[in-house]
Amino acid sequence: MSSQEENIKIRTSGVTVHYGAAQALHGIDLDIRANEVTALIGPSGCGKSTFLRCINRMNDVIEDCHFGGKIEIDGEDIYSGEIDVVELRARVGMVFQKPNPFPKSIYDNVAYGPRIHGLASSKDELDHMVETSLRRAGLWQEVHDRLHTSGSGLSGGQQQRLCIARTIAVDPNVVLMDEPCSALDPIATAIIEELIEELRSQYTIVIVTHSMQQAARVSQRTAYFHLGHLVEHGDTDRIFTNPANKQTEAYISGKIG
Amino acid sequence: MTLNFLVICLISLGVYSFLFGRYRIRKVTQQVSVKQHSRDVYHATFLAACATIVPLIVLIVWSSLSPLVLNGLLEVQLQNMVGAATVGEMGVLIAQTKAFSAGLLNPAFVSDDVKQAASYYESLQAASDTGRALLVLAIGLVGLAFGSRFLTVRFTARHWVERLATWLMIGASVIAILTTIGIVLSLVFETIRFFDSVSVTEFLFGLHWSPQIAIRADQAGSSGSFGAIPLFAGTLMITLIAMVVAVPVGLMSAIYLSEYATPRLRNIAKPTIEVLAGIPTVVYGFFAALVLAPLLRDGGSDIGLTVSSESALAAGLVMGTMIIPFISSLSDDVINAVPQNLRDGAAALGATRSETIIQVVLPAALPGIVSAVLLAISRAIGETMIVVMAAGVAANLTANPFESVTTVTVQIVMLLVGDQEFDSAKTLAAFALGLLLFIITLGLNILALYVVNKYREQYD
Amino acid sequence: MTDRGPQKNDPIRAARQAQRLKKRYRKERRFRAFGMSAVLLATGILAFLMTSIVYTSIPAFTHHNLTLDVTIIAEEVDILRDDQGLVTNVDANWLGFVRTALRDSFPEVTSRRDKRDLYKLLSIGAPDAVRDAVQADPNLIGQTIQVRLPLSDDIDLVMKGLIDRNLPETDRLVSDRELAWLDKFIAEQRVSENFAIQLFANGDSREPEMAGLKGALMGSLLTMLVTLLISFPLGVLAAVYLQEMAPKNRLTQIIEVNINNLAAVPSIVFGLLGLAVFISFFQLPRSAPLVGGMVLALMTLPTIIIATRASLASVPPSIRQAAMGVGASRLQVIMHHVLPLAMPGILTGTIIGLAQAAGETAPLLMIGMMAFIVDTPTDVTSKATVLPAQIYMWANNPERAFVARTSAGIVVLLSFLLLVNGLAIYFRKRFEKRW
Repeated sequence: MSSQEENIKIRTSGVTVHYGAAQALHGIDLDIRANEVTALIGPSGCGKSTFLRCINRMNDVIEDCHFGGKIEIDGEDIYSGEIDVVELRARVGMVFQKPNPFPKSIYDNVAYGPRIHGLASSKDELDHMVETSLRRAGLWQEVHDRLHTSGSGLSGGQQQRLCIARTIAVDPNVVLMDEPCSALDPIATAIIEELIEELRSQYTIVIVTHSMQQAARVSQRTAYFHLGHLVEHGDTDRIFTNPANKQTEAYISGKIG
Repeated sequence: MTLNFLVICLISLGVYSFLFGRYRIRKVTQQVSVKQHSRDVYHATFLAACATIVPLIVLIVWSSLSPLVLNGLLEVQLQNMVGAATVGEMGVLIAQTKAFSAGLLNPAFVSDDVKQAASYYESLQAASDTGRALLVLAIGLVGLAFGSRFLTVRFTARHWVERLATWLMIGASVIAILTTIGIVLSLVFETIRFFDSVSVTEFLFGLHWSPQIAIRADQAGSSGSFGAIPLFAGTLMITLIAMVVAVPVGLMSAIYLSEYATPRLRNIAKPTIEVLAGIPTVVYGFFAALVLAPLLRDGGSDIGLTVSSESALAAGLVMGTMIIPFISSLSDDVINAVPQNLRDGAAALGATRSETIIQVVLPAALPGIVSAVLLAISRAIGETMIVVMAAGVAANLTANPFESVTTVTVQIVMLLVGDQEFDSAKTLAAFALGLLLFIITLGLNILALYVVNKYREQYD
Repeated sequence: MTDRGPQKNDPIRAARQAQRLKKRYRKERRFRAFGMSAVLLATGILAFLMTSIVYTSIPAFTHHNLTLDVTIIAEEVDILRDDQGLVTNVDANWLGFVRTALRDSFPEVTSRRDKRDLYKLLSIGAPDAVRDAVQADPNLIGQTIQVRLPLSDDIDLVMKGLIDRNLPETDRLVSDRELAWLDKFIAEQRVSENFAIQLFANGDSREPEMAGLKGALMGSLLTMLVTLLISFPLGVLAAVYLQEMAPKNRLTQIIEVNINNLAAVPSIVFGLLGLAVFISFFQLPRSAPLVGGMVLALMTLPTIIIATRASLASVPPSIRQAAMGVGASRLQVIMHHVLPLAMPGILTGTIIGLAQAAGETAPLLMIGMMAFIVDTPTDVTSKATVLPAQIYMWANNPERAFVARTSAGIVVLLSFLLLVNGLAIYFRKRFEKRW
């Protein structure tokens, strides 16, 4: 138990979010372990995406969005006044639902993060970072001969891997994925899922997904959200075979959705 | 030091600060192993901003206020030298002094007093320029020294630069408010002074408008009469004629192009009509005065009508033409915003196309169309060049569109063009008319907005 | 009950229906024709306006010149030389040379009055043509040279057929004797029609044939430069703030309402603002492009802000999220991604706003930018006029030749606007991104 205790990367306690008067999250307590994939599942509007966006403070820019509670990454409160949002987001990368490459070249897409954070001191170093990131994202073979063509010319699956490459180029500790495969076909989805499995060794991954099969395939831990409440969380195997909660069971067996 | 040279100095200081800041932060970072909070470029920009922003503000404030101060001092000096002079004489003396010191006047024609005042004025100017240069550069150097103390590894330079950028943006946005305040203040101020000499009721309800030319400020009977009713009537008539042309033509074009025309015709005709909106008003004015007005006059005399060559009709017709694209493109938008299923519903009941348009589409689009017409009226009232060139100058109170009438905007131009004293009732009257124009157009715009918001149908 | 029920087979009712339907269709056709004639009327007016202006402008683009043999008497020319002995300037009574040449063509003209009439054949700009020729080549001093001298505006109109020679002499601006002199020159093939370079090379003048647009074009250019330098940065900064950064509070709401209202304020009111604030209060120079540009900038600002905001709003949020996701700050998101993507739209809006400003006259009349200015302005504080104001002034001139001159000015202005708007369309087509 104590070894698991040490392994906790993100600890959230009593997280609440209000959009104006409407409450979107009700006191979420969830610990996310390092080098694991944690899947957040639940019906639409259950607050899983909102919760995900709290972890890198993407909700900050939404007007009337109020955060309550505490989120710690490596024991550091990310909502404390001393935290620089920009530095936080460099540590906590995010991949979005729809692939959203910048309308720039593939190279510039990946190099953008290192550039703004001043991670590379020379052109060679930057080239190297771009190559490593693209290799890790499993895209290098496909694009190495056309790095300077536009990223929007790639297929949907390739675009999403480009976005993943762009995210890991900044060398984050945590990667948040908001339904990364929902806009992709099954083959592209399979490739991304493989990729997630590979990335797990180096990153802590939190993934929001609508597909229960996907959650079962890629994650070690699963958390089930319903109407802004964290209903149940635990090992993925257990959640899918032996859910403790009626609601969870109903959702997993397809009765709610 | 001249303004140009000072600006160059300031820019150089900024560039130097930037380069120095970059060098400094790099050196600082080399000595420690902590990660820098902000990148070099932000440190450099921070330092450049420290060295230039405040001096720049000082420079602008000093440069815009020094003419006022110098003028005041010069006036005091002249007062002491020549004794009490009237406002008009003082103005002439000041102008002479300035012209002489700028080398525009022959010394032979200038009195010794003026020469003396000119040398005084020049010394003032020199002192002001030197003071400005010293102050600006001193503040810049202090800023540089002050800012460079902050450059450390964990200094949040990016935050400061971004905060500065945000304030810059807020400043730019506030310009819009300042413009409005400037308009209102300048108009209201002069209008109040105007009403010192002319009563409000005379201005608003008087039937006689003849601002006489004041050759000298103390001349008897220079005040003229300022009853603005004939101007309102003239403005109203020309606007009315313009609307009679623009509303049916604009509206029907919009209807035809959005409901009947093939896409090809629409793609050609719509931009063509919009070209009318891009033509400068001075061109319309020329057209009205030199093409249409003679045509109307000759055509009128052929059928036994006396049409003035500055008739309200010519100005109104041309103004209507100018407004056509305004009405048609605004109506086009609202007609297109009416959902297709309303049309389908009417068509399914067996209504013909025109019945659908008249009974279903137009009523649904009505608030938008009314608001477009209101905006068009506001445009027509404020339009200047067409009426200046094609309408008359004399204020006739008439309902005959073949006669010459004058408008509010024409009178503003007539009262202000040419050199005259800024304080005469004549000049001030222009500001009173301007204020009235501002209030009326503003009222119409607000009304247009209100109509749209109040009566707009919500479709989903 | 039976009377009121549907009577599908009632022949009277069917006939009435048919008639009614016919009437409805007639109405439909009428409505349609009305719509079509509205479109035709609008486009027809445009066509009429354009044709009439272009047609009246045609005479102004050419001018008739008289080729005369002018003797440059060496003794009457002052030659200024620099240290190396090179000619720096020449000066002489050029008018005298021209008049001598004219008198030599008609030795029979002797009385003072007749001579004065003879001189009136040529424009007052004629001596300048001789001066220019000699200045260009000082070797001509002492020789008799053939110079092309501009005819006066009235004679030019006769040549162009705009003054009817068949009118009785009393109804015409040109006397029979002048016509006779002219005819002799024509017979000698000394009269030629050339491109009116004066229209572009000269500043304003009281003489229509010498009046040109150079000063006004330069004035417009300087004014637009000031307008651009002020309104573009201010407009874009304000729009970025309002669209991307501003919290929704009272202040930003006031600013927004304000901007929309400013866009509808009549332009002449901006002129009053300029007069009261810039000229009267801050004592800035009258008639200067600086003040004109500032007034037009304030007028253009709302247009640019509104266009920029629309353009920023069309950049999809996913781009912003992507940039934020890799840790770009708000300002970096805007500077690196949103602004570059919105730039085509911003530029289009700016160009359209500036084109509007370039055609604006009324506010500039208020601040004195319609003075008679011969010299070409060199900087933003020198006295200047702008193209539309020049057109306005020419339109007020009584000489007949100014009608064509004015139309030519309008053609130049419209061509410029056409060019600029074409540029805007090109930007939109070339760089527009559909998301």
